[in-house]
Amino acid sequence: MNLAVAPAAPSLLETRAAAFLARHEGLRARLPGDAAVRAEGAALFRAAGLPGPREEAWRYTNLRALAEIDFHEPLVAQADCAGLLARLPAIDAPRLVFVCGRFRADLSRLPDGVEVVTGAPASAADPARGRLVALNAMLAEDGAAIRVAAGVDAGTLLLASLGIAPQGHAVAFHPRHAVELGDGATLTLIEVATGTGTYLHNPVLSARVGAGATLTHLRLQDEAEGAFHLSTVQAEVAERGSYDSFALALGARLGRMEVHARLAGARAAAHLNAAQLLDGRRHADFTTVVAHDAPATASRQTVKTVLSGAARGVFQGKIEVARIAQKTDGYQMNQALLLSPDAEMDSKPQLEIYADDVKCSHGATVGELDGEQLFYLRSRGIPPDIARAMLVRAFLAEALDPIAHEAGRAALEGAIERWWQRQPA
Amino acid sequence: MLKIDALAASIEDKDILRGIDLAVPDGEVHAIMGPNGSGKSTLSYVLAGRDGYEVTGGTATLNGQDLLAMEPEERAAAGLFLAFQYPVELPGVNNANFLRTALNAIRRARGEAELDAVQFLKLARAEAKRLSMPEDMLKRNVNVGFSGGEKKRNEVLQMAILRPRIAILDETDSGLDIDALKIVAEGVNALRGPGFSALVITHYQRLLDHIVPDRVHVLSAGRIVRSGGPELAHELEARGYADVVAEAA
Amino acid sequence: MPAVPETLDAVQAATESGYKWGFSTDIDMELAPKGLNEDIIRLISARKNEPDWLLEWRLKAFALWQTMTEPSWAKLHHPPIDYQDLHYYAAPKRKPGPASLDEVDPELLAMYEKLGIPLKERAALAGVEQPPQVAVDAVFDSVSVATTFRDTLAKAGVIFCPISEAVQEHPELVRKYLGSVVPAGDNYFAALNSAVFTDGSFVFIPKGVRCPMELSTYFRINARNTGQFERTLIIAEEGGTVSYLEGCTAPQRDENQLHAAVVELVALDDARIKYSTVQNWYPGDAEGRGGIYNFVTKRGACRGARSKISWTQVETGSAITWKYPSCILQGDESVGEFYSVAVTTNRQQADTGTKMIHIGRNTRSTIVSKGISAGRSDNTYRGLVRVLPRAHGARNFTQCDSLLIGDQCGAHTVPYIESRNPTAKLEHEATTSKISEDQMFYCRQRGLSQEDAVGLIVNGFCKDVLKELPMEFAVEAQKLLAVSLEGSVG
Repeated sequence: MNLAVAPAAPSLLETRAAAFLARHEGLRARLPGDAAVRAEGAALFRAAGLPGPREEAWRYTNLRALAEIDFHEPLVAQADCAGLLARLPAIDAPRLVFVCGRFRADLSRLPDGVEVVTGAPASAADPARGRLVALNAMLAEDGAAIRVAAGVDAGTLLLASLGIAPQGHAVAFHPRHAVELGDGATLTLIEVATGTGTYLHNPVLSARVGAGATLTHLRLQDEAEGAFHLSTVQAEVAERGSYDSFALALGARLGRMEVHARLAGARAAAHLNAAQLLDGRRHADFTTVVAHDAPATASRQTVKTVLSGAARGVFQGKIEVARIAQKTDGYQMNQALLLSPDAEMDSKPQLEIYADDVKCSHGATVGELDGEQLFYLRSRGIPPDIARAMLVRAFLAEALDPIAHEAGRAALEGAIERWWQRQPA
Repeated sequence: MLKIDALAASIEDKDILRGIDLAVPDGEVHAIMGPNGSGKSTLSYVLAGRDGYEVTGGTATLNGQDLLAMEPEERAAAGLFLAFQYPVELPGVNNANFLRTALNAIRRARGEAELDAVQFLKLARAEAKRLSMPEDMLKRNVNVGFSGGEKKRNEVLQMAILRPRIAILDETDSGLDIDALKIVAEGVNALRGPGFSALVITHYQRLLDHIVPDRVHVLSAGRIVRSGGPELAHELEARGYADVVAEAA
Repeated sequence: MPAVPETLDAVQAATESGYKWGFSTDIDMELAPKGLNEDIIRLISARKNEPDWLLEWRLKAFALWQTMTEPSWAKLHHPPIDYQDLHYYAAPKRKPGPASLDEVDPELLAMYEKLGIPLKERAALAGVEQPPQVAVDAVFDSVSVATTFRDTLAKAGVIFCPISEAVQEHPELVRKYLGSVVPAGDNYFAALNSAVFTDGSFVFIPKGVRCPMELSTYFRINARNTGQFERTLIIAEEGGTVSYLEGCTAPQRDENQLHAAVVELVALDDARIKYSTVQNWYPGDAEGRGGIYNFVTKRGACRGARSKISWTQVETGSAITWKYPSCILQGDESVGEFYSVAVTTNRQQADTGTKMIHIGRNTRSTIVSKGISAGRSDNTYRGLVRVLPRAHGARNFTQCDSLLIGDQCGAHTVPYIESRNPTAKLEHEATTSKISEDQMFYCRQRGLSQEDAVGLIVNGFCKDVLKELPMEFAVEAQKLLAVSLEGSVG
């Protein structure tokens, strides 16, 4: 069975991985932050490279288009941010603004009662859990370390990422943030990613939620048409704590939001809700792993995808229940609406269960708008385009309604409205 | 006036309506009665413009406008309202929002000013109260989790708010208890008068005790085989369809 | 494995070990030397007096297999399999294909008697109610030893014979359809099977014929260090209808034995094939020693319009099960069904499910999977529903439920749902639960023993699948579930 195989020419993915490694070699002496984490990230990335389509976790999201692009250093100094800043939701809250992965104090307003450290990557995330986390660890230049002390209600904080790449100069940036909530603390973090040009935004955010603490994490991925958005969140929740997240993806050429939530303490809870609205030839992937590692933990997920044009939507959601996690309550629903004959949805909900006294379920549906409902609306005098919009909104409502933060929800609804307006009737 | 001439329609190449002639003048209420499978629901769906029904002949006009040439929402704007036999559930669509969108679309089509949220709510609350419907029904999702009676009352509420020129009630009495039946009937009776007419489709005479029709038509095998005054409904109830249909044939 | 009273008795008669089919039979065997190479393949082909095209087909499959690697995506763990340490041919001495039942080795007949498999065609007695008659093809290690009711079937135009015989008698049919659903290079185990398959059943239902009785194959692995590589091919022409049953057992042995079968079904316009399996290969002992490694490729092609293929399986045996009976829904309005119960106890591992590929318009598929895990076992449902762009109006409904008994086992659900047509409607639901204390208490308060209560609740849990089995099979499957779970509770 030992067939002699000629050494194959390096693939595109290998070439791109090599370019990232070369960049790391060139920069590592100069970059701030924990050198050990950086070295670990580099070692892992060198061994594993960029994920390919043969890997189970990446079977539906192919990074080939990313691998075709030569990424350069961001040209932050030249960046004109005014137009992009205007796109941020008008929420009256302190904000941290990153431009091409670097903190910009001049555009930011620091919060009271929250400790924020910038100037170096914040390094709580584990680079061994994901290729892109390893890539991030070896190339991160900056990030925000956000700490809320025990018992403090820190209100709302906006974390904005602006990506700017001039024509013909694609850039890549890998900010690395860490959020830590002490016992009983609360924070609403609204994260917005937008930009212009061709760029790779590969942020990693780790969140530690203390006992009885609540982190509400609202996210809007509204990246530039030519952008690649590959983000990873690693959240760990202590007993009675709650990580409550909603992500809306409607931008980027190729987007993947990965959320890993570990419920580490008894009665910890996580909500991982999301909506993806995709048009044109966009590709978006929402991938989650919820690890129930303690008894009586609960997770809820409602993920909705609406596809028009030749867009492709992906959902992968895994619920893991460890032996110790008796009385786990896990629920996951993902639904997709295909509005066009060229759209494609791939969905992989997954249960991996090692405890017997649990209540876990998932459901998935894929289809078009219900003809019966459409007729009912039209028979009441509502024109078809409005009727369709109503039904799509109703479809999304289930994921959006649980958002208690009114300004945050309004911002997300506004983004959905703008998306709907750019759709041909 | 709703005028139907020689209307024929089929579903998947199966002829269901075989030439219906019917005129409902303005201000009148007509009843269509008939055995199961006679084409009653098909007639209502064809008039409202549901997909899947092929009109193979004849015409249907409302005040001179050709209904069959219009999209369903255009028919609604022209004043046609169908109270569904099985009202459709719309999860995630709030009842009040749904009704306001419908009302304003119709008003827009008629060149009338749209109602803002406050004006609309005032109107909707008043109508809900008149129909003894709890106000929170407006806040709930359209027909989701409604009992059979609540769904039918919701249809009547919509009718009251949208003010159609002709309402087609497709077996609205099925599944209703006597109290709900009375409420539905009162809702229809309240609209009776110039500018409103109704076509009440039913299997039983019971509803017609509460909505007394001007004319009664018997539909059988896709044709109207007999017409008469309200007494015809009692005759049908007493003698059964088979007898009356056989006699008409 | 149709249920006759003897079988039920065999199931009920508890022996000291949990597996009641674990005896071995002393039969004088012809064994090929251990190992896998072209010479062995030539030997198998020569023993079966095969035409050249088939030998070439085998050799091509073998060449492909050598370039492939074992799939690693399933949630299964086992020590590496030494493919050179197996016998690829084992046959009872005497004639490989007996002409009549009278020629079958009496030892073999006795063994089948003990297993409850009727290899005798009982004469119908006038005025006496007879149990439904079932035609049986008995495959013992590498060869078919007997096929019953052949004459009755022949009268109806149905061909039911060992595939080795079909190669001789109906070469044009075998050549046309063999490998047309599962190509030789489809996957690692299918390639291996294509290279070395020894026997299996062949069924041909001509146009418009409704097969007059249930057809059944009974597989038995007996010899030590032997792999079983059977190949089954069922073709139903336009309007043909057949219900086919498959049962399997093996002796209790300490070493692991390899079973890598391929089943191909072809349904033309308006044809219906119902394929039911009760898989009860030796599962290994409580510590996970021994047991069958069951790597099976089963696939049906609904080639014709309005054709229907329905898979029903009750999987209780094997140390490892790797099996995804699938339907390729090519014909417009064709229908695919998959009903499965998979029970794992002790150290068993099962990774099983289905694929429904919707190609034609208005194709429909239904998947109902019930997984029951006990002991230290792992039980995975893995299923794919794929809707291609042309499949307007396609529908799928999937229901996957897992039941855990005890806190040392695992239950996993891995569905893949892929749609490329907006008019398609796909629905998937999955749940995981345990037998509730309330249910147990209620049953026991009414006087049921703990084990009877579990049996009752498990059977209720599996009802949607068991009702799809032919009736005699269903009774047996219920018993089998209860026996498999004995000792799992408490």
